[in-house]
Amino acid sequence: MTIETNSQTVFGHRRTIKWLLILAVGMFGFGFAMVPLYKLVCSVTGWNSIDSNSAQASTADISQEIDLDRTVTVTFDGTINAGLPWEFKPLVRKLEVTPGKSYKADFYVKNYSNREIVGQAIPGITPWQGTEHFHKTECFCFTQQTLAAGESRVMPLRFTVDARLPKEIKFLTLSYTLMDTDRSALKANAGLVKH
Amino acid sequence: MSDAITHEAHHHGPPTGAKRWLYSTNHKDIGTMYLIFALIMLFLGGAMAMVIRAELWMPGLQLVEPDFFNNLVTNHALIMVFAVVMPAGVGLANWMIPLMIGAPDMAMPRMNNMSFWLLPPAAILLVLSMIVPFFGGGQTVNTGWTLYPPLSIQSGMGMDFLIFTVHILGVSSIMGSINIITTIINMRAPGMNMMKMPIFVWSWFFTALLLIVIMPVFAGGVTMLLFDRHFGTSFFDAAGGGDPVLFQHIFWFFGHPEVYVLLLPSIGVLGMIIPTFSRKPLFGYKSLVYGMAVLYGLGLIVWAHHQYTIGMSIETTTYFMIGTILISIPVGLMIFNFIFTLWKGSITFETPMLFALAIILMFSFAGTTGVMLAVVPADLQYHDTYFVVAHFHYALIPGSLFGLYAAVFFWMPKWTGHMYNERLGKIFFWWTTIGFNLTFFPQHFSGLAGMPRRIVDYNMIFTEFNVMSSVGAFAFGLSHLLFLYIIIKTVKGGEKATTEVWDGSSIGYAGLEWTVPSPPPFHTFEKAPVVK
Ligand code: HEM
Ligand SMILES: [Cu+2]
Repeated sequence: MTIETNSQTVFGHRRTIKWLLILAVGMFGFGFAMVPLYKLVCSVTGWNSIDSNSAQASTADISQEIDLDRTVTVTFDGTINAGLPWEFKPLVRKLEVTPGKSYKADFYVKNYSNREIVGQAIPGITPWQGTEHFHKTECFCFTQQTLAAGESRVMPLRFTVDARLPKEIKFLTLSYTLMDTDRSALKANAGLVKH
Repeated sequence: MSDAITHEAHHHGPPTGAKRWLYSTNHKDIGTMYLIFALIMLFLGGAMAMVIRAELWMPGLQLVEPDFFNNLVTNHALIMVFAVVMPAGVGLANWMIPLMIGAPDMAMPRMNNMSFWLLPPAAILLVLSMIVPFFGGGQTVNTGWTLYPPLSIQSGMGMDFLIFTVHILGVSSIMGSINIITTIINMRAPGMNMMKMPIFVWSWFFTALLLIVIMPVFAGGVTMLLFDRHFGTSFFDAAGGGDPVLFQHIFWFFGHPEVYVLLLPSIGVLGMIIPTFSRKPLFGYKSLVYGMAVLYGLGLIVWAHHQYTIGMSIETTTYFMIGTILISIPVGLMIFNFIFTLWKGSITFETPMLFALAIILMFSFAGTTGVMLAVVPADLQYHDTYFVVAHFHYALIPGSLFGLYAAVFFWMPKWTGHMYNERLGKIFFWWTTIGFNLTFFPQHFSGLAGMPRRIVDYNMIFTEFNVMSSVGAFAFGLSHLLFLYIIIKTVKGGEKATTEVWDGSSIGYAGLEWTVPSPPPFHTFEKAPVVK
């Protein structure tokens, strides 16, 4: 090559390249650092969630008031997270509830695999404005569910919709996603009992 | 090395066969290869779009399976972003930056060669990712270009091919960017200080710096995806304690700045073309440079406007909304720079200028829909509808693709030594512009009426809009055959181009490319020119 490469520019090149490489490698690291950072920032500040429905018994002060003037339709939904060979569904699809009164709804679950699997249900409420007014007093989602091969179970949920629920909300959907806690489905896709 | 290369001006026949291209370290040859690669991929990505529009011609399922449809949507986007606009931009950078700043070549010619030759294998992997599902490779990649888990964890082998494609493209563009910045910082001709550089060079300076910051993050994100898929980690899998939303943050931390990677080189091109054909120096050169710097900074911290619907806290959402709306200030500034350059200029309407003017108009439109989308309560309705599709096609086709077309018409006489056929150029301009608008304008309406994106079928009520879109899309697609014809014709021959090519070319902060013959000899500026 006839490109004039006096030592000045070569030295300049090296320095520029060094800094740019450091930047690139650093940003690759930053990508991974986002994992703990995200968890930390979100758990400290709560920025990531508008209001989350937790899988714990409600500790919020439940108003004792009963609102007989209206009813709210609560729809139940059960979804299985990828690959878990379970069946999971609500036994009642819909309930007309009076705010302030306590209700019970059952969910059915069955393990179709030939192994014991530990699952955990994660709840979510739509619309999110209803979240803080939906109180679960008893729920299968408070604990993990261990099901032996082929075992089935009916799981209870007891809840109250708070009378302070904004008037314009007439429908609530409670949706559970059932997670495979030890990701056994991913580890062994074999061994399904056909139904 | 130099004995493999002849020193006189080169014409189309490569003097030493395939080796000239395989081992090329010449910035002009590598630039040409990048541009040709982008053109080929434009036809591939475009063909996919044609299938998509043919399927959407009528409601119901006509041509393709739903999963394959979504695969087409995914790969169309990935090809257009990573294999068309980005390589074409790098191709322009390769050709023009050394010529503009008076450097003999790029700083690292061999690395330059490698950056390019990584692209064809990446393209092959990308095509394979579509084919493997037909040979027992599991579920197609039907996630859309955003590759969101959990779906992307469940897709079949094609997803792994795509992940490796992203890795390779990432390495290629990082190397390319390091090369470009090193060239700009260290290889300017004496007297060409930073604030005298043509605006195109500045635009690539920021683009390259942006790529170095965001590509590694994206590469990291897809690497985690790969781990979740095969090695039992749970970065994004909720069952193992991960969070799928985290992937969205990683993706859009990359994805939002990426739109500026696509946009900025074309803004640089406009900054060269508009002064040339208005015969007036660029208005507010410094403000444009600072505007790009502000865009760079703001662009990195507003990513979550793509995620308003994930249920962030009100404070976070508000922050991202305000940040996003602020972005329209530097974007608007650029538009005003161009409009004030036009003001009282003696304007002529050659093809590159026609494109430039149309870009200003149509890109402003995208900016307007962008601000609408930035407003959270509105976006909750617009999100994932065709309104978003219309927004970003108005941003990307005028903002990036037409900028590249304008550049091709602007510099093709310099590259080939021949003037293109102005009449054909104008026909192409009108044909492609009308086709584009006919395709995407109706999508604003179908989007506002609620038609969701990335779905193979739609409600009957959207039929008319979709028929319009499809007719427009076929016209738009077809116009590119004329584009190809014009390019081939110009390479083969035509009226001889002068050194200056355009009578207004050396006005304002012009590059030194207008001081070398058209076409430039194989080696230029072996003795550094001095800029007054
Ligand atoms: C004034 C400037 C802009 C604003 C305020 C803006 C705002 C937005 C917002 C809020 C969205 C998310 C919409 C949704 O998914 O609900 C969006 C999507 C998008 N924008 Fe823009 N935008 C602007 C300019 C641009 C530019 C210049 C480009 C590219 C050159 C661009 C490309 C895109 C793309 C590709 C998407 C869709 C990504 C996807 O979901 O696949 N935008 N924009
Ligand atoms: Cu964005």
